[in-house]
Amino acid sequence: MPSLKSFIPAFAAATLLASVATADDHLVKYEVVDYGIAKSLTGKAGDPAAGEKAFVNRKQGNCLACHQVTKLSAHPFHGEIGPSLDGVAERYEEPQLRLQVVNAKAINPDTIMPAFYRTDGFHRVLKKFKDKTVLTAQQVEDIVAYLKTFK
Amino acid sequence: MKMNWKQVTFVAAACAVCASVFVSSANAADWGQYEVDDRRSGFTYMTDESRAMQVDSFQNPGMIWVEQGAELWTEVNGKAGKSCASCHEDATAAMKGVAARYPVYDEGAKTLQSVETQINHCLENNMQAEPYKWESTEMLSMTSFINNQSLGMPVDVKIDGPAAEWYEKGKAFYYERRGQLDMACKHCHEDNAGGIIRANTLTQGQVNGFPTYRLKWQKVGSIHRRFRGCNKQVRSAPFGYGSDEYLALELYVKWRGRGLPVETPAVRN
Ligand code: HEC
Ligand code: HEC
Repeated sequence: MPSLKSFIPAFAAATLLASVATADDHLVKYEVVDYGIAKSLTGKAGDPAAGEKAFVNRKQGNCLACHQVTKLSAHPFHGEIGPSLDGVAERYEEPQLRLQVVNAKAINPDTIMPAFYRTDGFHRVLKKFKDKTVLTAQQVEDIVAYLKTFK
Repeated sequence: MKMNWKQVTFVAAACAVCASVFVSSANAADWGQYEVDDRRSGFTYMTDESRAMQVDSFQNPGMIWVEQGAELWTEVNGKAGKSCASCHEDATAAMKGVAARYPVYDEGAKTLQSVETQINHCLENNMQAEPYKWESTEMLSMTSFINNQSLGMPVDVKIDGPAAEWYEKGKAFYYERRGQLDMACKHCHEDNAGGIIRANTLTQGQVNGFPTYRLKWQKVGSIHRRFRGCNKQVRSAPFGYGSDEYLALELYVKWRGRGLPVETPAVRN
C-alpha cells in the first residue's frame, strides 16, 4: 500500500502547488507546500476531544471504516483498507496530516481515502451533499489535533 | 474411549489426509468452480454458514422466489390469454443458459436487453400484459426462476459487435469516481477485494449470483438494486432501475466474472 512518505520523493520536484480558482471558492483558502498545509484552516488550534468525536462518528470522519487505532478498541469494527494510525504523529508532521485529511488525492491521486474538505471536481453528488464538505474546517482542525496525540 | 491398533492407524491416516488438505487450503484455497484465474465469486468471501445455506436448496431462502417464479411461468396473464409457457413451454429446457449469456444486444429492439427488460418485452408485446415493476415480487420471482435454470453454467457474455459500445460505457462507469466520497467501483472491488471496510469484507463485486438473497435485505434483490446501494454509499445520486447506465455496467461487471458459475439465488451478507 502506498504511504504518504513513499509519495514524497516521487514528487519532490513539485514542492509548491499553486492554488487555482475552483468551485471550492466558498471554502477556506489554503496553500500546499511540501505535501502539507502549514496553517490551521480556522486560524486556531483544534480541540483533540472534539476531534475524537468527529473521528469515530460514522456520519462525519468515519475514519474507523478504513483505519485501525488500538486506543479506540472499545469501538467495534475497525476497517483494514488503510494503514493503522497508531503512532502516526511520530511519522508525520502536522502540515502533512492536515493535507492527508483535507485532500488525500493531493498526495496519492489514486487513493480510496475521501477528501474531507473539498467540493470541486466531484461527479453526481447526492443532492443533500452537494457543494458541502464531509467535515467542516473546524472538524478538520479538531481531527488533526487528535491525530497529533497518536504517539 | 479405548482404541485398538487398527483404529489408531486408521485415525492417524485420516488425520494425515486432513492435514494435507488443510495445508494446501491454507496456502492457496481451492475454490473449485467459484474461482477462475484471478476472478472469484462473492461465494468465496462469505462465511461457511452462508455458503452452506446457499448450496442446500432446502435451506436457501432465495428458493422461495424461484418457486413463486415457477408458478408465474404457467399463469395466463394479459389480453392475449397467454402464459410464458404458451410460447416457451418447459423452462428447464428453454431458459437454460439465459442467465449465463445475458445481457445481450437485441437487434430488433436496438438496445441491450437484461433478463428483466426481456421479461417486460415479452409481457408487453407477446402477452399484452402490464410490465412488472423492476424490484417487484413478480419480477424478482421470475428472474430468480429463469436464472436458476442456468445454475452452475459458466458466465459467457458477448461483448463484440453492437454490444462493444455498451461494454465500453460500462467499463468507463466502473472506473469513474463519483459521489461526495469520490470513489469508483474499482477502489472497493478491484483495489481492495478481500479487505475489510467497517464490518464488511469486500468482494470482487461479481454479479453471477443475482437475484441474490441478502441477509441484510431479508429478501432477494436485483443487480440494479445493488448498484444503487453502492452508488448511494459513496453519496452519489443513483441511476434508475433499468437505466442505460446500469445496463451497460451490468454487461461490463458480468464480463469481469466470465467463467464463474451462475449461482442464482446466491446467499450473501
Ligand atoms: C475509504 C477508506 C479511508 C477512509 C474512510 C479514511 N482513510 Fe485515511 N487512508 C486510507 C488509505 C488507503 C491510506 C493510505 C495512503 C493513501 O492511499 O492515501 C490512508 C492514509 C491515511 C494517513 C497516513 C497514514 C500513513 O501511515 O501513511 C492518515 C493520517 C489518515 N489516512 C487519516 C485518516 C483520517 C483522520 C480519516 C477520517 C477523517 C481517514 N483517514 C479516513 C483510507 C481511508
Ligand atoms: C465504498 C466501497 C464500495 C464502492 C465504491 C462500491 N461498492 Fe459494491 N459493495 C461494497 C460492499 C461493502 C459490498 C458488500 C460486500 C461485497 O460483496 O463486496 C458490495 C457489494 C457489491 C456487489 C455484490 C457482490 C455479490 O457477490 O453479491 C456488487 C455486484 C457490487 N458491490 C458492485 C459495485 C459496483 C458496480 C460499484 C460501482 C458502481 C460498486 N460496487 C462500488 C462496497 C462498495
